[in-house]
Amino acid sequence: MRRRPLFWFFVYLALSLLAVFYLVPIYVLVVNALKDYREVSVEAMWRLPEHLSLASFAKAWFGDPGTGMTGLGQNFMNSVKLVVPAVFLSVLLGSINGYVLAQWRFRGSETLFFLLLFGMFIPYQSILIPLVKVLMALHLYGTIPGLVLTHVVYGIPITTLIFRNYYAQIPRELVDAAQIDGAAVMGVYRYVILPLSAPGTVVAVIWQFTQIWNDFLFGVVITNKPDVQPITVALNNLAGSFIVEWNVQMAGALLAALPTLLVYVLMGRYFIRGLLAGSVKG
Amino acid sequence: MKLGKWSAGILLGFALAGLALAQGGKLEIFSWWTTGGEAAGLFKLFELYKQKHPGVEIINAAVAGGAGSNAKAVLKTRMLGGDPPDSFQVHMGHELIDTWVTTGFMEPLDQLYKEYGWEKVFPKGVLALLKWNGHYWSVPANIHRANVLWYNKAIFEKYGLKPPKTFDEFFAIAEKLKKDGIIPLALGDNGIWASTHLFETVLIGTLGPEGYKGLWTGQTDWRGPGVKKALETFARMLDYVNPDHAARSWDQANDLIIQGKAAMYIHGDWVNADYLAKKFSGYGWAPAPGNYGVYDALSDTFGLPKKAPHRQEAIWWLELVGSKEGQEAFNPLKGSICARTDCDPKLFNPYLQWAMQQWKTDTIVPSLAHGAAAKESWLAAINDTMSLFVTNKNVAQAQNMLAQACVDAGVCTR
Amino acid sequence: MRRYRRVAFLLLAPSLVLVALFVYGFILWTGWLSLTNQNDLFVPHVRFVGLANYLRLFHHPRFLIDLKNTLTFSLIFIPGSLVLGLVGALLLNTGVRGEGFFRTVFLMPMALSFIVTGVAWRWLMNPSSGLNLLFSALGLGFLKSGWYTDPAVGIKAVALAAVWQLSGYTMALYLAGLRAIPPVFYEAAEVDGASPWQAFRYITLPLLTPVTLSAVIVLGHISLKIFDLVIAIAGISGGPAFSSDVPALFMFVTTFQANRFAQGAAISIVLLVLVSFLVIPYLYWSLRREVAE
Repeated sequence: MRRRPLFWFFVYLALSLLAVFYLVPIYVLVVNALKDYREVSVEAMWRLPEHLSLASFAKAWFGDPGTGMTGLGQNFMNSVKLVVPAVFLSVLLGSINGYVLAQWRFRGSETLFFLLLFGMFIPYQSILIPLVKVLMALHLYGTIPGLVLTHVVYGIPITTLIFRNYYAQIPRELVDAAQIDGAAVMGVYRYVILPLSAPGTVVAVIWQFTQIWNDFLFGVVITNKPDVQPITVALNNLAGSFIVEWNVQMAGALLAALPTLLVYVLMGRYFIRGLLAGSVKG
Repeated sequence: MKLGKWSAGILLGFALAGLALAQGGKLEIFSWWTTGGEAAGLFKLFELYKQKHPGVEIINAAVAGGAGSNAKAVLKTRMLGGDPPDSFQVHMGHELIDTWVTTGFMEPLDQLYKEYGWEKVFPKGVLALLKWNGHYWSVPANIHRANVLWYNKAIFEKYGLKPPKTFDEFFAIAEKLKKDGIIPLALGDNGIWASTHLFETVLIGTLGPEGYKGLWTGQTDWRGPGVKKALETFARMLDYVNPDHAARSWDQANDLIIQGKAAMYIHGDWVNADYLAKKFSGYGWAPAPGNYGVYDALSDTFGLPKKAPHRQEAIWWLELVGSKEGQEAFNPLKGSICARTDCDPKLFNPYLQWAMQQWKTDTIVPSLAHGAAAKESWLAAINDTMSLFVTNKNVAQAQNMLAQACVDAGVCTR
Repeated sequence: MRRYRRVAFLLLAPSLVLVALFVYGFILWTGWLSLTNQNDLFVPHVRFVGLANYLRLFHHPRFLIDLKNTLTFSLIFIPGSLVLGLVGALLLNTGVRGEGFFRTVFLMPMALSFIVTGVAWRWLMNPSSGLNLLFSALGLGFLKSGWYTDPAVGIKAVALAAVWQLSGYTMALYLAGLRAIPPVFYEAAEVDGASPWQAFRYITLPLLTPVTLSAVIVLGHISLKIFDLVIAIAGISGGPAFSSDVPALFMFVTTFQANRFAQGAAISIVLLVLVSFLVIPYLYWSLRREVAE
């Protein structure tokens, strides 16, 4: 179909308007976070900074000992310490589960898959109280390992789903051929499935990384000491206190957003695949 | 949360571990004093402590944020997990008693009270709030007053006004100012406790000190005409507040007084410290309407957890907190008065001197919004009620919710 | 072969045990808790009280407001995200140059935490700054609003921020759906002399129906669970007169601040039931359809 220039004009106009809508909040965050203290005022929110200053970022990261404000730096590191093992473990479990459910279906395996998937949709409020009690009994309450365990367990459904859908595309003949060569269940996984897993793994890793980094509910319930809290929780505390200037809050928000934004911009394609996988039928 | 049996075992384990560590000469003090005058006051106390006990290393376990709500959450986990600090900041009254005393986490402090004659230097009204089951459970460091009317002097002079003593006087003044485009009453309840705070002064003004105290023991009927009248008065007051009150915090409401946009503000005496910090001197103060002769008090106190790892060091801390020297050092910085009645007034600013005077003669009642009058879950239910009431002003619904909250708290039967 | 399947099942076992305990076990535990009197930090005599916590809930003004807010939120958030997502996807699907750039921009909010979104939007919707300033400057003063500080707006302001954050999700779904429609359909329609609107109305929309259904389910269950964004914008008290409050926030405060555990458990079970009504038929349908294919 050939289209007239007027058509393209309206398409670009509409696309640009949408782009403005999506970029405005980011613009406000960036512009104000970069302002010098003297330039910050509520009335000048939309203005570009006259002098670029990283002072807000420094204050958001390091805090201000003078007023007792603690910085987000340590919470950023807490999130890193949380995300790395939690992503690794949940992706590993998801890969194994996905393999079994895609290639070794047995009677009832579909039902089990259904029961697993339901765990992805439950409102976590319905498990929070027992979760806190169990973590307390395990001496994991208020700790990062406790948070890791939580994210691993509740990450199983989505990672399993991603891998099952991915492995379902691997032709059964490859598996059968490996079996004829004498490979057992683990052998097939090791020699056939794993070497083919890279794209699925990237999707799962990016998805879990984003989810866990951005989580707030588990963080706020399980870690209540400020020095153990992940960055989302600390950012919310920072933003909730009126002592902290709002440009510092915005700098803090950007610091918290940086890792996931970076991953998104660099590997957006995989991120979107994870997104689509979440609606069950990929 | 029923942590009963298994947590007892854990607690015992920690207690034994604690004994082994106890010779270190350490003191861990838990509070939410992390900024401004509060932190300065705390550091001053640490300094005095070090002079007296140079061998002891002090660990400042202060938790910032959320006006103490973060700290309370951390404390809850530490206490339940068998890892208490040596001593912790807690509001006088039910916040301490119902959460930690009735549940057996604290040590009684009768010995200290006897040794230092504290029963003679703290007022009776305070002693009553500190006592439960015949024992004392914490040492008050300071006293704040909640029921103060602050006003902009320039506006009051311009209109030839005097601080209103009764609600009728208050409404007469408010009407006059409103007609002239001045906000009669400032309010900043983006933290809903500020509304509860205002309402408690109305309850006191309506029911009188005894009637008000009876609310917390089941003697005053929440379904009775007194509470209804208080809600009606409160609703009327809300017609005179700044329309953007829900967007403002308590100190942003105070800015309205400083800017001369609002005339009156009924709030606690930390407002005074806010004026001083913002270098504003055009303000006056008086008891809130209907609150003459009543001191609506809240206090930060320190107690001794049973499993405190450094018990002796903690006792030294409590001695200091209760001493004249400690209170005189701490309170001028914190912007509060001594819980003791024998502090030297010359150390304090004019407002605090006035408050010290009143402290000796007024009837003392416990503050609701600040943890003294009711336990935390009860207060939460009252805050919920206020959140609705300030918008819909539905007296019947609010009274019903308040009565239900008293039943839920196990104090009322209907 | 049968031996293999046993090994395969053993490989699943750790995950199955964890999910059985942490999902289903905990739900049963919460369910039991909601039927008892454990409404304080320490309750000396735990008793079974039947449905008392639920009955109370449905007479509690705050909870009724929460349910109404959830409905209001869904009615803005779901259609808003669907329309914006569909429009964006159709625009991106025209073969326009720079598609990659626009797509990256539109979907970017999806990568952010609700808390980050909340910080940005709280300031954008601050009555004395942000959008209101912009509206004044553009001569659109009538659009000015108290946003989340105005009890009459409340949750609607939160829903706006949620549309901003999650419309990229529907856009991605629709885009995938559009790309899956074979071009021959449109070629045939053109041969038959159908207008572009007719092609959209009779080919595109019907073929996107399953996508829309998926999106409605997923967005609907997000509406029921929304929590972080409310806290980050309106604060933990849920705004003036609970105008931004939602059941998930009420549950959080009831349980972890007021220590009313049984009451909090009851709220969460109500939430779970509502989510189940939405999700179970959908999951069942998806898996069925998959088996049929």
